[in-house]
Amino acid sequence: MISRLIWAFVPAILGQEEPTAVAFVNGLKCRECGREYPADPLNVCDFCFGPLEVVYDYATISEVVSQDSIAKGPLSIWRYKDLLPAEGDDPVDIMAGFTPLIKARGLGKTLGLNNLYIKNDSVNPSFSFKDRVVSVAATKALEFGYETIACASTGNLACSVAAHCARAGVRAVVFIPSDLERGKIIGAAIYNPILVSVDGTYDQVNRLCSELADDYPWAFVNINMRPYYAEGSKTLGYEVAEQLGWRLPDHVVVPSASGAMFTKIWKGFNELACLGLLDGVPSSSFGIDQNTVHHPAVTTRMHMQQAMGCSPIATAWNNNQTQVIPVRPDSIAKSLAIGNPADGIYAIKVIERSGGSAYAVPESDIVEGIKLLAETEGIFTETAGGVTVSGLKHLAESGAIKPDELTVVYITGNGLKTQEAVEHVVHPLSIKPTIGSFESVFEGAK
Amino acid sequence: MGKQRVKFTFDENMVKQPVIYELGQKFKIATNIRRAEMSEEVGWVILELEGDEPEIQRGLEWVSTTGVRVDPLGGDVIDG
Repeated sequence: MISRLIWAFVPAILGQEEPTAVAFVNGLKCRECGREYPADPLNVCDFCFGPLEVVYDYATISEVVSQDSIAKGPLSIWRYKDLLPAEGDDPVDIMAGFTPLIKARGLGKTLGLNNLYIKNDSVNPSFSFKDRVVSVAATKALEFGYETIACASTGNLACSVAAHCARAGVRAVVFIPSDLERGKIIGAAIYNPILVSVDGTYDQVNRLCSELADDYPWAFVNINMRPYYAEGSKTLGYEVAEQLGWRLPDHVVVPSASGAMFTKIWKGFNELACLGLLDGVPSSSFGIDQNTVHHPAVTTRMHMQQAMGCSPIATAWNNNQTQVIPVRPDSIAKSLAIGNPADGIYAIKVIERSGGSAYAVPESDIVEGIKLLAETEGIFTETAGGVTVSGLKHLAESGAIKPDELTVVYITGNGLKTQEAVEHVVHPLSIKPTIGSFESVFEGAK
Repeated sequence: MGKQRVKFTFDENMVKQPVIYELGQKFKIATNIRRAEMSEEVGWVILELEGDEPEIQRGLEWVSTTGVRVDPLGGDVIDG
């Protein structure tokens, strides 16, 4: 297959205009049977219907990327443009990424963890990590010439697609189940997309969008753009490594729905190692399969957290199942409510390779996790974050994470979107506008 | 004529039932299996269905009534 990079340099070779930056992508490859495809808007292999993954020209990437080149980039995911499958010179960018990595002293003290950090991705422009993947998918969609960008969503993705389309000046069509949290519906509607509220179950919305993707010339970010879209999550791995001074943590704790983000964080760590971008780690070959490479210097243990009401991957891992059995979601963590996770089996392989774990957090612990994070760190996360923090608590209490091990917990969505889950925390002191009224109530509350 | 790519998941109650055979017998649908994994307790099959679109829909509705789970190819597309 001819590298697109070669074509990009042809005008320069001929003495014409300077070449523009082109993603270092060789094409797509089936994760199951290995068949190769051009870098087109495809997501499954025509032969075996396996998922397609981006294949990079790492030899060329290694010649251009360095810690310095990254440091000179913008404070967004596009500082890693050489490692992303879309052209980075004029991306659809609402400044996703480069979110804070915070030393979690309060939460760490509560859990007995002395070296705990929070990757706070709830402060992305549309308030979830989805801005990372959508920025890549939207940029790629425009490269392909699409004029409409669409998605099926339980909320966060809808908000992000609508926001990026507003920025790019293209049409957004977002499909959501009608029983979604109000904050997510408003959070998407404000950007003025075509908002389609489907009177049906998640399964029915899911099936509808799969059929529409065949019939409409739209870029569905999580269907025909999926190989490119998913790569945006690698930046969650890159950023943590860079923010830790180009080293990797001992443990990461990650919420999971489809399993895609989980596998891509792992892939990001291994790409950095193979490219020699981690301190003290020499570059090495990616081997035969870029998507399953495991560099020996990557010793981070990957811990996946799911909500008990939708935990097909954790269930498969904990029961030593060779298959991920689909479930019907019944969880308050709607952004994690994917019953038939597309990357579930690949996520299990990552848990296995990394020496990690998977845990199904009891539904009753989710709100406790939200409150624990808020009360110890001043960060208000959505229900998915409650799952993650409660899972972290379980790991600490069980001794799976030792007190001094460097641990990063990923908080991927903002609490303002799922306020319904924690409405019961509101207990104001009601007083008359007098000092006496205040003091009598305040004394009782102390 | 239309085509649809789907995933059937069989639980242990259904794993021995000839659902795909019956789908082809009861409806005017050609079933083309591309990938599968079966065990005694559970299994899945990824296949392409070819036929008139209303006939495919009727066929899939029937499959759902048997207890076999029907999903679009590639897993859920509903995403956070």
